[in-house]
Amino acid sequence: MSTTTEIVLRAQETIPAPDIEYGQLAPVLIVIGAAVVGILFEAFLPRRARYVAQTLLSGLALASAFAAVVGLAVAGNASTEAGLVAMGALAVDGPTLFLQGVILLVSLVSLFTFAERRLDPRAHGRHVDSFAAEGAAVPGGESEKAAVKAGFTTTEVYPLLLFAVGGMLVFPAANDLLTLFVALEVFSLPLYVLCALARRKRLLSQEAALKYFLLGAFSSAFLLFGIALLYGYAGTVKYAGIAEVVADTNSGVTEALAATTGNDALLLTGGALLLAGLLFKVGAVPFHMWTPDVYQGAPTPVTGFMAAATKVAAFGALLRLLYVVLPGLTWDWRPVMWGVAIASMAAGAVIAVTQTDVKRLLAYSSIAHAGFILAGVIAATPAGISSVLFYLGAYSFVTVGAFAVVTLVRDAGGEATHLSKWAGLGRRSPLVAAVFAVFLLAFAGIPLTSGFTGKFAVFKAAAEGGAGALVVVGVVASAVAAFFYIRVIVLMFFSDPRPGGPSVAVPSPLTSTAIAIGVLVTLVLGVAPQYFLDLASQAGVFVR
Amino acid sequence: MNPVNYLFLAALLFTIGASGVLLRRNAIVVFMSIELMLNAANLALVTFSRMHGNLDGQIIAFFTMVVAAAEVVVGLAIIVTIFRSRHSASVDDAGLMKL
Repeated sequence: MSTTTEIVLRAQETIPAPDIEYGQLAPVLIVIGAAVVGILFEAFLPRRARYVAQTLLSGLALASAFAAVVGLAVAGNASTEAGLVAMGALAVDGPTLFLQGVILLVSLVSLFTFAERRLDPRAHGRHVDSFAAEGAAVPGGESEKAAVKAGFTTTEVYPLLLFAVGGMLVFPAANDLLTLFVALEVFSLPLYVLCALARRKRLLSQEAALKYFLLGAFSSAFLLFGIALLYGYAGTVKYAGIAEVVADTNSGVTEALAATTGNDALLLTGGALLLAGLLFKVGAVPFHMWTPDVYQGAPTPVTGFMAAATKVAAFGALLRLLYVVLPGLTWDWRPVMWGVAIASMAAGAVIAVTQTDVKRLLAYSSIAHAGFILAGVIAATPAGISSVLFYLGAYSFVTVGAFAVVTLVRDAGGEATHLSKWAGLGRRSPLVAAVFAVFLLAFAGIPLTSGFTGKFAVFKAAAEGGAGALVVVGVVASAVAAFFYIRVIVLMFFSDPRPGGPSVAVPSPLTSTAIAIGVLVTLVLGVAPQYFLDLASQAGVFVR
Repeated sequence: MNPVNYLFLAALLFTIGASGVLLRRNAIVVFMSIELMLNAANLALVTFSRMHGNLDGQIIAFFTMVVAAAEVVVGLAIIVTIFRSRHSASVDDAGLMKL
């Protein structure tokens, strides 16, 4: 009887509304809000008006979200004012703001390549972009022909891009395991769809989407089971709470908690499953199998975006997990990450040597780079965090730029990605070949490019953090990797062009801007990196 | 009944799902196996929630269901497009990009 009255009384009390810090959440809210508006555009605007409206909306949203990130950083949210927002679900601190800024800028540059419509010849008098006229139409079928003739374009890619960016902004900021999981899915699901939407070579594109989806869902199931086990161990999903239980400094031990914390199997298995889920997104060996196929099959603008931004977001989440949740387990995760880093560097560099397709080559190079970045993660020092932040910023712009160049080299079948077709490109189009050479040199880590500064910072941090052997492996892998980057440069400049080889399309200012920004960032971060290194080292403190 | 038994059941279901993903050929069945893994995680979450006496695990289970539903939407769309263009949903047939 008494319990019933109590329940009735409680029901009459007002529910306290949670405090939401809209200011600190502004970057995420702007991007997700614009994505929702983009969907409304799809529903209500006539087809002809959608392209202009969607590109303007997406560009404005990304730019204003970046302005919001800068505003938060200037207001001290990266240092003195750093804290937890949205009832502790998100942490707004230095690493969060730095990575959100990088993700937003890279997405803005990718948006330019998404919006490019001058590369393909006109279809029925209309400009077309890299995306299928109608994603649902069977390739080569009647409905596809009708859609092309009617001039349909898949403008849904812009809201999908914004949703993916929204998830990526939350991912490195997530401060509990539930937010981590939801953010992971919010950015993965749009990417699966984007992969399936290529205009040319649609069977390849759909196959890439299928592989990415099945393996991605498989890995997120592992991540979720890891979350369940960690929750079982600690009785909470909040990062700080788990860290306290792991370090044994928590207050208020209940009987159930005493039983589960005694069981290290829950902690170790849960942590390992969680790491497996994140390493999949990063594309580190042995969870790299999807990378070459998906990079090759996806539309090239999507590949560039995914290769750059996903890596930034996933490494952000990985850093926070290892440095905030599991610092008490450093001695357990370090050997495992050593193995993963060495395997990634070695396998990525060695297998890339045998590749004959530019996109697959860049995919294996991204696996090797995941290994280099992991070397900085393993350092487990503040210098390790800031070197990883800097490397991610440098690497993402090189990647987007390189894939933007790949979209330019075309023959009758669309993009000519086979390396043999790139022979002699430097004689026919010296500028494009020179720009691509700059990106390749940056990937290889040659001085005066951002790749060198990034690698130097990461290896220095790793050596000081007691991972000297890893640095040796890293340098050897870099040397192997340099071989195949230089080989492509030699192929472009010192072999004779083939008759009937590809031509270089003249892009609109959109792609030109994207490539120019890529080159500019690569050279500035290589020649005068000090300001950005300082920025990264100031940003390298996690709030708890 | 000791709640730990439900954890063993969850682990068993998860393993069955994982082996299904690795062994089955049909993309739809692979996808169903993934859903089984998600549901195994849900069972573990709810059991832990009961053991610890707080509601976090049950709330996560609800979120997982929503996420799984969203995954079905995207996944079935991709599998159906593949089936329509190739008249096969076998993951072994999707081999255009081998090295």
